[in-house]
Order: sequence, then C-alpha cells, then structure tokens
Amino acid sequence: MRRTRTKPAQAPSGTDAVQGMGVRTRTQGQLVLRRFIRHKGAVAGMIGLGAIVLLAVTSIGAGPIPGWWPKDFSSTGTLVDGGKPTLSLLPGFLGGSGLQIGEHPFGQDNVGRDYFALTMRGTQVSLVIAFIVGIVATFVGTLVGAVAGYFRGKSEAALMRLTDLVITIPTLLFAGMVAVMAGDRGIVVLGLVLGLVTWTPTARLIRGEVLSIREKEFVIAARSFGTSARRIIVKHILPNTVGIIIVSVTLAIASAIILESALSFLGLGVQPPDTSLGRIISDYQNALTVRPWLFYWPGLFIIGIVLSVNFIGDGLRDAFDPRQNRVRD
Amino acid sequence: MLAFIARRLFVSALVFLAATAVVFVMAANVGDPLAEARQLPSGQAQEAAIAEITERMNLDEPVFVRYFRWLGSALTGDLGVNVTGQSVNAMLENAVGATLQLVLAATVLSIVVGITIGVISALRQYSGLDLSVTFAAFLFYSLPLFWVATLLKQFVAIDLNNWLADPKLALWVIGLIALFVALFCAALVVGDRRSRVTTFVVAFVAMCALLWALSETGWFADPGLGIFVISLTAVAGAIGFTTLFSGLDWHSPPMRAAMAAAIAGIASALLLDPVLRDPNLATIALLAVITAGVCFAIGWLLGGELYRRSAVQSAVFTGLFTGAVIFTDRLLQSFASYSDMKGGRPVSTIGSGTPNFQGTFWQSGLDSVGHLALPTLALMLISLATYTRYTRASMLEVMNQDYVRTARAKGLPERAVVTRHSLRNGLIPITTLTAYDIGTVMGGAVVTETVFGWRAMGRMLLDGINQGDPMPIMAFFLVAGGAIVAFNMLADIAYGFLDPRIRLS
Repeated sequence: MRRTRTKPAQAPSGTDAVQGMGVRTRTQGQLVLRRFIRHKGAVAGMIGLGAIVLLAVTSIGAGPIPGWWPKDFSSTGTLVDGGKPTLSLLPGFLGGSGLQIGEHPFGQDNVGRDYFALTMRGTQVSLVIAFIVGIVATFVGTLVGAVAGYFRGKSEAALMRLTDLVITIPTLLFAGMVAVMAGDRGIVVLGLVLGLVTWTPTARLIRGEVLSIREKEFVIAARSFGTSARRIIVKHILPNTVGIIIVSVTLAIASAIILESALSFLGLGVQPPDTSLGRIISDYQNALTVRPWLFYWPGLFIIGIVLSVNFIGDGLRDAFDPRQNRVRD
Repeated sequence: MLAFIARRLFVSALVFLAATAVVFVMAANVGDPLAEARQLPSGQAQEAAIAEITERMNLDEPVFVRYFRWLGSALTGDLGVNVTGQSVNAMLENAVGATLQLVLAATVLSIVVGITIGVISALRQYSGLDLSVTFAAFLFYSLPLFWVATLLKQFVAIDLNNWLADPKLALWVIGLIALFVALFCAALVVGDRRSRVTTFVVAFVAMCALLWALSETGWFADPGLGIFVISLTAVAGAIGFTTLFSGLDWHSPPMRAAMAAAIAGIASALLLDPVLRDPNLATIALLAVITAGVCFAIGWLLGGELYRRSAVQSAVFTGLFTGAVIFTDRLLQSFASYSDMKGGRPVSTIGSGTPNFQGTFWQSGLDSVGHLALPTLALMLISLATYTRYTRASMLEVMNQDYVRTARAKGLPERAVVTRHSLRNGLIPITTLTAYDIGTVMGGAVVTETVFGWRAMGRMLLDGINQGDPMPIMAFFLVAGGAIVAFNMLADIAYGFLDPRIRLS
C-alpha cells in the first residue's frame, strides 16, 4: 500500500472546491477511517468490545479506578435462591420478572461467590493477557519479518528457518510448556511468553510485504542518499505496512484469547488464586447440569470478545486494502 | 521438479531436527520429575526413590547429553521410558490410533465441506445464503473449542439419546428443518423470483412429506436405505457427477459411462450380499480398489477417443459414490442391533471406543462413529470456518481475473468456467492453508480429548507436562510435529505442481 499525502476522493462534494473541480481532498488516513466507519460489522465490533471493556473495568474497578459493583469476586457469602441468576431482561407482561439486575445478576457459585464479580475479574485478566500477547507477537513478528525481508541473503534464510522451526512445534504444546515454565509469576509474564510463541504469522506476512516495498523507487532513492538501513526500515518501509501491522494486532488478540482460555482450561495457563475466563470454565465445568449459568456466562464473554475483535479486524483489513472491495467507497 | 522436492525434503528434515532439540530442552525443564519422590518422608525410602528416578531418566547428566541419548535411541525406534518406567512406545501405540482417527476425520471433513460451502457462497456473493455463511463462519471462528465440546457432550448427546428411545419428530421440528432445507435450495437456484419461489415451495413440501413419512414409519429407530433408494441415489450421483465434469447431455459418452458405473454398483450391492454381511477392513479396501479399477475400465471403453478423460472421471466418481452409499446403508442397517447392544444409548460421551467391544464389522464401525461423531463435530467447526472463509475470498479474487472473463467471452458454459478456470486456480492458496491448519487441529485434539475423557495422546502430553516428564512430550511432538512437517512439505510440493512459477524460481 503506497501512502500518499493527499488523494482525490471519488465522492464529489461542493463545499470545498479545489481548482473548481468540486472534489474534496482527503488524506489516506481519512480515507481509511471513512471505509472503516462504513463497515457495519466493524462498527458493531467496536461497540461490542468497548462495552465489554468498559463493563469489566468500571464494575469491579481496576487499580486506582474504583468500581461501582459492591461485591468482591473472592469473598464467599450465603446462597440466595440456590444461586440462580437474578438478571432479567424479559418484561413482566411477556412472562419474565421485569427488567432488573437484582442481587446477583449472574448468579452465585456453590460457596456463594458473586458470579458477576468473578466473571468481570476473569474478563479483565483475559483481556490484559490478550492485549499483551497481541502487542508482543506483533512487535516480534514485525521485527523478524522486516529484517528478513529487507536484508535478504543469509539473515533472511536464518530468520525464516527460525520461523519454520517455531511453526513446526504445535502452538498448544509450545505455549503450554512456556506457560508452565513461567509458572505463577503473574499474568503479565504469561502474556509476554505467549507472545513469544505466536509471532510467526505476522513475521511471514510482513516479510512478504517488505520484499515488494524494498524494490520501490522511494526506497532506492533513500538508499542512494546513504540513509542507514535502520532508518529506511523504520521511516520508509514500516509506515507503508501499517495496515498489515494493525490487522495483525487484532488477529493476534483474537487468537490469544482463545489460546489463553484453552491453556487455562487445561490447567496450564493462569494459576489460582487469580482467574481468567478459561480458568472459570474449567473450574465449573462439572456444574453444568446443576448450575448451568456458571458455564454460560464466561463462555458468552469469550465469544463476545473474540467475535468483536474479529469483526474489527475484518473491517480494518477492508479499510486498509480496498482491493477486496467489500465495502464500497 | 525432483531437485525441488529433494531440496524441500532436506530443509524440512533439518528444521524438524532442530525443533526436536528445542522441544527436548524445554520438556526437560518444564517441571520437576522428582517432585513426587520428594513428597515421601525423608529417609532411606525417599533417597532410594530419588536415586531410582535419577538413574532411570539420567537426571545426573547435562540436558544435551540426554538429548543425544534420546536422539540415538529414537532413531532406532526406541522412545525411552516415562517417569514411572513405562515404555513410551507402548503408551504411544495405545494412544496414537484414536487421536489420528479424530484429527484425520476432522481435517478431511472440514476441507471437503468447507471448500464446498465456500465455493457456493462465493458464486452467490451478497445473497442471503452468502451473508449467513459469512456470519456463521465468523461465529464458529470465535468459539472456544472446549466450551462447544462440553455443550455438545452435555446436551446433544443426552438429548439425542433420549430422542432415539422414541424417535418421533414433532410437526414444528419437521416444519423448521424443511424451512431451512428449502431456503438453502432456493438460494442455490439462479434465476428470477418466480423460479426461486417455485423451488422453495417444492423443496419445502417434499421435505415435510419425507420427514413425516420417516417419522411415522419409525425409520429413525431402525434406519436403512433399501435397494430402491440406493438405486435412486446412484443414478442421481451419476447425473450429478457427469453434469459437473462434462455438462448435462443424456446421449454423451460420459453420461453413458457414469450410468453404466451406477448400474454395476447397484448390481454388485445385490450380488455381494454374502461378502458384505461381516467383512473386514481389508475386504472393504479391496472392494474400493476393484470399484475404481472397474469404473476406470468402463470409462475408458465407453468414452471413446474424444471423451475418454471426462468419461473416466465421471465413471470413477460415480462408482466410488455408489460404493459409499452402499457402505452407509449397511452401517444404518446395523444401527438397531448396535443400539440394543449399548442399552439404547448409541451416542457416547466418554472414551474413544467401548472397551472390549465384540460385534460385526458394521457394529464396531458404528461404535467408532458413535464415539467419534461429537468430538469430530466440535473439532471441525473452527477449521470449517477457516476453510469456508479462505475459499470464498480466494474464489472471489479469481472470479474477477481477466482469464475468467476471457473464458466467459469465448462462450464456455458457466460450469466449465467455474470448475476448470476458477476453481483450479482458486484452490491453489488452500493447499498452504491445510499445512497451517493441521497444527491447530492437533492442538485442538488435545482439548477435545480432554473434554471427552479419551485416554489418547492429549492425556499423554498433559501428564508429561504436569509431571515434568520429557519422553511422552517428545513422543507427542514426534507425531504432531511430524504431521505438521509432512503436511507443510506436501503443500509445498502440491503448490509446485499447481503453480509452475514456484518451482521455477
């Protein structure tokens, strides 16, 4: 994707006439934003993810932010009505018990813990890990891909064989082992090590893109001025791959949520006393027949997050790469 | 081409070797194999236990020495012993069959179904069908595997078993299923509103009538196809495959060849009855090979000079399809007796097979199906979504190419444009996807097996990681990593065959 400072847009608008042509100039960024906003799925994904993040952060609070939800996720209490969820969205005249949140909207577990607070805590942890994984994986992948693509020759061969090597090891096996080795050093360390095993798709994508960009005239021009390799990569090549990088981040985040929850489900990821969405499901999977809500809520939150992130990623890809032309300008 | 394959083989082998070293070093450090022995009350017994494990696993040697020791014996086929002294070879032998069955079934099914749905959805871009498929693919792609698997196990299995005890469909269920089928058929039809509505109504009424009849006659409790339905399906298959490969023309040699193959298949279904009562796997494989050979000959003879290729294709596909229908019929016929053997609950939720199962070939086949169905379904969903999405995108890209427009402009029928020009090129990127996907499916198999309580490779791996026991982990990696390397290489070679630009560069 070539970045041009200004580019005439197809849509005419009479307000801002340039040289009497009646065409408004838009920067590349404005074009991308415009295409993104017109992608219905992406906007829905943004709203969905925003709502989940907002709910998870404000309800039980995080760090300095005080939460508005009065209950704690670790303290036990007395069971109310067998721990059934009190959340009701069905109005009274349709047979429900009216719009209400109630004492324990998501119900309680067998020792009376408030399940809403627990699910919110799990959502926070899963989101933090996923964002760290997304950023680390994209950073490492971009670095490897850009260096391999730009320098070619021996360094490319070595880096791409390294990528092949990581691909050869099944992600679940690799991630499971590094997660266990990271032990219970907390969720940040877990996110970092998971990022170190999931960077390969990004590296391949970026390398492919860099291979074609490095032959472009503006790179040759920069090289002929004697610009250093580092500066060419950082200032000339990477800005042109920003679309791929952003899309990579979203895809990495989506798969990180799934990976983390699978690992935690198998008992290899987040360790107690901390919890995550996968961990909650694993803890309560035997309760499915007696207390099904203990199983549904965390699952629905995982699906909500991943679906939103995937839709955002899809919208971003269409916005940065209009060749697929799913969204018309 | 040979040089290309040889170079690829060499590089893959080296990468795999390096990967074994990385995995071994990590597996050796993943946990403390002595943890259990240290729990013993300190004294002579504890020291003896620690010494025994140290001796067995060579823990007193540096990790690289242990790696080369492992490599040396692994090359001769000995995978070592685990922390309790069990032979890993024996463990792997018990575990590998079930896992590979699961992985293979899920991969093949999701490739076939995913590509088909993807192509249809691309051909009907922006239709209601396309939009629903795209959304469903997104949803499946976002599902956590273990969550779906647990739900399937808890609800589908139990409800299905309950339903099979008294298999009657309620009227609204019949209506709902028929509605879905009819909508799908109507979305497939090209043409104006009128032909769509006609298709919808016809499909809806036919489906309702069929389901009602099946439900009323108690077919679901004692299913089977019978020779009439087999014949009908075989002839329909012949027409379908011929249409796909060379166009619908009743008097063309390919159609004659396909019809001959179908008739031969129906005749053999009747003649081979004594053989098919209780065959073994080798017989079935032999029959499949004979079928392919006979149909090849039919196509060759009936095709003539001009149509030989498409006649052979149609005949072979029709023959194998008819064979598959007969196979399904036999399985279905054994369903009632198998269901009785399992006490009326044929869909299983635990384990990869009934222990010590004794029955005919068909009954044990149903036993495998009953155990595999739900795990495979769970494992399939995610891969299915990936294949559908990529096939759709790739087909859409190819359909906009100039050579497709040229093919249309020179007057080729749409069928030929789609199958010969678009599909062939559109499927090239899918080969690479297969190589990527196999690793995900392998990991997914571990999760699925855990949910369904299989004692297979997933259990072996997790025990290995939890006990800090490198040998089972390495055995898992040899199989899973080996599969990934093999698939990657096959994909590269297939790519080289399909796209000459790759092997020439």
